Amino acid sequence: MKPSSSLHFKTYLLIFLMVIFGPLGNVLLGKGMKRIGAASMGTTPGAIDFVSHVVTSGTIWLGIGSLVTFFVAYMLVLSWADYSYVQPASSAAYGMVALLAHFMLREVVTPTRWMGVLLICLGVLVVGQTPPRTTEPR
Amino acid sequence: MREIILYLLIIGAGTGGELCVSRAMKVVGEVKDFRPAALVRFFARALRVSWMWVGVTMMGIAFFSLLAVLSKENVSLVVPVTALSYAAGALGGKFFLGEKVTRRRWAGVLLVCIGVAIVITGRR
Repeated sequence: MKPSSSLHFKTYLLIFLMVIFGPLGNVLLGKGMKRIGAASMGTTPGAIDFVSHVVTSGTIWLGIGSLVTFFVAYMLVLSWADYSYVQPASSAAYGMVALLAHFMLREVVTPTRWMGVLLICLGVLVVGQTPPRTTEPR
Repeated sequence: MREIILYLLIIGAGTGGELCVSRAMKVVGEVKDFRPAALVRFFARALRVSWMWVGVTMMGIAFFSLLAVLSKENVSLVVPVTALSYAAGALGGKFFLGEKVTRRRWAGVLLVCIGVAIVITGRR
């Protein structure tokens, strides 16, 4: 395997993991937070109450676990690929969030919103055709 | 007003945090060995870079702001709004990290941003 194709393979693999676990984490956090209810963090007792509800929620911890997986993949890919490449490339996650929110949380996603999601995915394809590294390794 | 501040924190602290983490990772260098022991050594090295701590703190602030917003709004709205960080991210990549952002990449980022804007206006 050529070095450049190896670099592309591991970049795509880690971005794939980011696209799965990032949205899953956000959807689980959304589910957990909907159960907890609106946060009233204007006062100290309100903020403490909010944080205590957050740290005792199993769904929130599952969401955090997913986001940690996302974050590890993200850190690894950033060790060789440009930030301005990785961030837009991982925006396919927005399509995934809409899908998961629709099927897991029963959120209503309007046709207009789906169209926006499609445009985001198109943007991702354009970004994906650019080289993963433009700076010299230090 | 409260929600706008929270969104600004998610976008500002989130993007700033990611830029700092990215800078720290570039200091640590490319991961070439994916064996568990090597990965642990890699992350231990990353934790010795001060940019990593600044980044993680900022991402923590963004995380709790995200939780606060998610307690009131739908995930399918909140997450696209946070994508406003794309413009900030591309600018940060160019000016803070010294990356070359090509015209094609700018076009992709722009397309993503237009998509995000449409997602936001698709509110019921």
